Amino acid sequence: MSIVIDKNICKSCGRCLSVCPGSLIKKDTENKAFIKYPKDCWGCTSCIKECPFDAISFYLGADIGGMGSKMTVKQRDHYLDWNIEKTDGTVETIVIDKKESNKY
Amino acid sequence: MEIKRKERLETDILIIGGGTAGCYAALTIAVESPECSVIIAEKANIKRSGCLAAGVNAINAYIVEGRKPEDYVDYANKDADGIVREDLLLTMSEGLNRVTAKMENLGLVILKDENGKYVARGNRNIKINGENIKPIMADAVKKLSNVTVINQVNITDYIIENNEIAGAYGFSIEEDNTDGNLSGVAYEIRAKKVLCATGGASGLYKPNNPGFSRHKMWYPPFNTGAGYAMGINAGAEMTTFEMRFIALRCKDTIAPTGTIAQGVGAKQVNALGENYEGKYGITTSQRVYGTVKENLEGRGPCYLRTEGISEAQDDSLKKAYLNMAPSQTLKWIESGKNPSEQNVEIEGTEPYVVGGHTASGYWVDTNRETTLHGLYAAGDVAGGCPQKYVTGAMVEGEIAAKAMVAAIQSENKTLSEKSADEFDKKVAEYDAILQNTTATYSIEQLEEAMQKVMDTYAGGIGNHYQFNESQLALAEEKILKIQELAENVKAEDMHELMFAYELKERLTVCLTLIAHLRARKETRWHSFAENLDYPEKSDEWLKYVNTKKENGKIEVIFRDLVKRGETYEHSNR
Ligand SMILES: Cc1cc2nc3c(=O)[nH]c(=O)nc-3n(C[C@H](O)[C@H](O)[C@H](O)COP(=O)(O)OP(=O)(O)OC[C@H]3O[C@@H](n4cnc5c(N)ncnc54)[C@H](O)[C@@H]3O)c2cc1C
Ligand code: SF4
Ligand code: SF4
Repeated sequence: MSIVIDKNICKSCGRCLSVCPGSLIKKDTENKAFIKYPKDCWGCTSCIKECPFDAISFYLGADIGGMGSKMTVKQRDHYLDWNIEKTDGTVETIVIDKKESNKY
Repeated sequence: MEIKRKERLETDILIIGGGTAGCYAALTIAVESPECSVIIAEKANIKRSGCLAAGVNAINAYIVEGRKPEDYVDYANKDADGIVREDLLLTMSEGLNRVTAKMENLGLVILKDENGKYVARGNRNIKINGENIKPIMADAVKKLSNVTVINQVNITDYIIENNEIAGAYGFSIEEDNTDGNLSGVAYEIRAKKVLCATGGASGLYKPNNPGFSRHKMWYPPFNTGAGYAMGINAGAEMTTFEMRFIALRCKDTIAPTGTIAQGVGAKQVNALGENYEGKYGITTSQRVYGTVKENLEGRGPCYLRTEGISEAQDDSLKKAYLNMAPSQTLKWIESGKNPSEQNVEIEGTEPYVVGGHTASGYWVDTNRETTLHGLYAAGDVAGGCPQKYVTGAMVEGEIAAKAMVAAIQSENKTLSEKSADEFDKKVAEYDAILQNTTATYSIEQLEEAMQKVMDTYAGGIGNHYQFNESQLALAEEKILKIQELAENVKAEDMHELMFAYELKERLTVCLTLIAHLRARKETRWHSFAENLDYPEKSDEWLKYVNTKKENGKIEVIFRDLVKRGETYEHSNR
C-alpha cells in the first residue's frame, strides 16, 4: 500500500508532511515532498485529501491484488470527488457529500 | 547525528498521545478548569493521528432509544465471556451519549430521521459521516488557550519520583537545523498529572501482508504499544493482555467487515456457499474462529455473501468505504466487479493488543488512574473495558480529565525539583543509538525476527492463532534474545530513533503478552487465546490475569472479578 507524489505538481507547501499519521513524507533536496518510507504507508489517504494541488495519488500494492489503478481526491466545497484512473485510461468518479451520513 | 538541544517544559497536565482519548481529555479540561495548563505530546500530528486517520464508519458504542447503559455492559460482558470490569464498563456506558452530543456540536454529521432522532444501526450503533471526525476534534483542541500541542514528539519513558509520576521524556522526530547542521532535540516534560492515551499495539505479529504492503493492517501501524511498554517498565499493573484482538476483515485490504455484514445483512459463508455463523457462534472471537476452522477443514476461502445485493446497495457500500477504508472501494472498482457480483473474501488479521476492543491494558480504578500514582490511562491503552470504541475512548478521556483536575485542585502541590542528571542520562541513551557504530542488525531485521517468532510460537496467523506451553516457552526465550540484540541498533536520524524505540516497545509488550498467554490455563476465547494444552474453558478461570514487572521479572497476579454493583478502587499500591 502506498502513494506516489508527482514532483512536477508539488508546490512544496508542506501540508502532507505534517498530516501523515506516520510522518512518512519528507522533503527532498529540491524542497519537494516525497515518501521516504513507502513500505510503511498505512493507506489512510490523509495526505491525498490534504494536498491542495492534487499532487498525490495512491494505489494498491501488487501483493494485495493491485492492478495499477490510481486514486486521487479533490476537495470541492463540502464534497470530496474521488477519482479512480484505471490502466486503460478510463476514470471513474465517486462524489461524497461530507454533510451526508453513511447509509450503513 | 546527536541531540544538541534539551527542552525542559512544565505543565499541570501532560497528555501523551493526541488521539481520540487524548484530544477529548484536553477538551474536557478546558471546560472543567480553563486555568489548568495542558501539554499534548503527539508523535505525529493531532490532525489525523491514530485510529481515526482515515475516518470511522459509525459510532459503534451508543445507548439507542429503549436501551440502558446496563444493556451495553451485558453485551460487552457476554462478548468477552465474563472477563471484564463491570464498574469500568458501566461508567463508560453512562457517558456514551454525552460525548456523542458534544461531537455533534463540534460538527460531526450524524444521521437523523424525520423527527430529528438519530438513526440506529442495530442495537448499539448510530450512523454518521466519520471521515473528518479527527480533524473536527483537532480543530477544537487547537482553539483552546490553555492547551499546547507539541506535534512530532515521540515519548519514550515516564519520569517517576517517589513512587509518583512526575512527567515524561521524549524527542522530536524532526531534526533541528538552526545552526545549519542537523541535530536532535530531546524533551523533559514535567507535570503534576499525566494521562497516557497512546492507543494499543500493532505490529507484534507477522502481518497479513508481510511484503510491500506490510502496513496495510487494520490497527494503525504507528500505535506501537508505547504506553503499555512505558507502564510495564515503570512497574504498573497490567490486565488481560491474553485477550488478544483479532479482527475479521476483508482479504488484502484489511478493511472492516461490519459495514457489509450490518449494512446489507451479508452472512459469513464458506466456499460451498454454506452459512457457517450458527455453527460456531457470533461473538467477536467465534466469528474469527469459525472462519479459521472452515479453512482448516478444507471449506475455504470464506466470504461475506454480497452477491445479489442491489445496485443502490453497491453504491452505498462503495461510498461508505471511501469514508473509512478507501482501499476497499479502489479494490472493487479495479477488479471491475461490484460486491453484488462477487462475494467479499474475508480473513482474520494478525493479533493485536488493543483495549478498546478487548480488555487488555492498564489496570485502572474507576477514575482511570493506574497503579502508578498520578498516571491515568484512557482509550485503547486502558484495560478492563472492552468494546469501548471511539465514543468509549472519549468517555474515558473525559473521566480521567475530570479526576486529574479534581486531584490537582485538592492536592495543591508544586512541581517537583528537576533532576538534570536523569534527563542527561536519557539523552545519552538516545545519543548512543544515534552514534552506534557496532550494530550488526538493522531495526527492520529485528522487527521481522520478532514478528516471525510471535507468529510461529505465540499463536499468529501462520499457526491458526493456536499455541501450547512449549511453544510459548520458546517464544519467550527467543524474544528475550531479540531484546538483547535490540539494545545494539543504530539510528541514522531522529525518525529512525523513533523506529528503534518502537521496536523496543513492541518487544516489551510481546513479553508481557506471552506471560499472560501462559498464565491463563484454559481456552475461554477461541482464536484470541487458543491454548492447545488447555482446550476447554473452566469456571476456575473466572478471574483476571494481571502482571507487574518487578526487578526485571514479570510477576503474575490473579484478581477476583469485579461484578455488577461492585467497584474496584486502588488500595495499598
Ligand atoms: C481502522 C479503524 C477503524 C475503526 N472504526 C471504528 C468505527 O467505525 N466506530 C467506532 O466506534 N470505533 C472504530 N474504531 C475504534 C476507535 O477508533 C478506537 O478504539 C479509538 O479511536 C481509540 O482511541 P485512542 O485514543 O485510544 O487511540 P488513538 O486515537 O489511536 O490515539 C493514540 C495516539 O497516541 C499517539 N502516540 C502513540 N505512541 C506515542 C508516543 N510514544 N508518543 C506520543 N504519541 C504517541 C498516536 O500517534 C495517536 O495519535 C476503529 C479503529 C480503527 C483502527
Ligand atoms: S496514505 Fe496515510 S500513511 Fe500513507 S503516506 Fe499518506 S498520510 Fe501517510
Ligand atoms: S501537500 Fe501537495 S503541494 Fe504540498 S508539499 Fe505535499 S505534495 Fe507538495
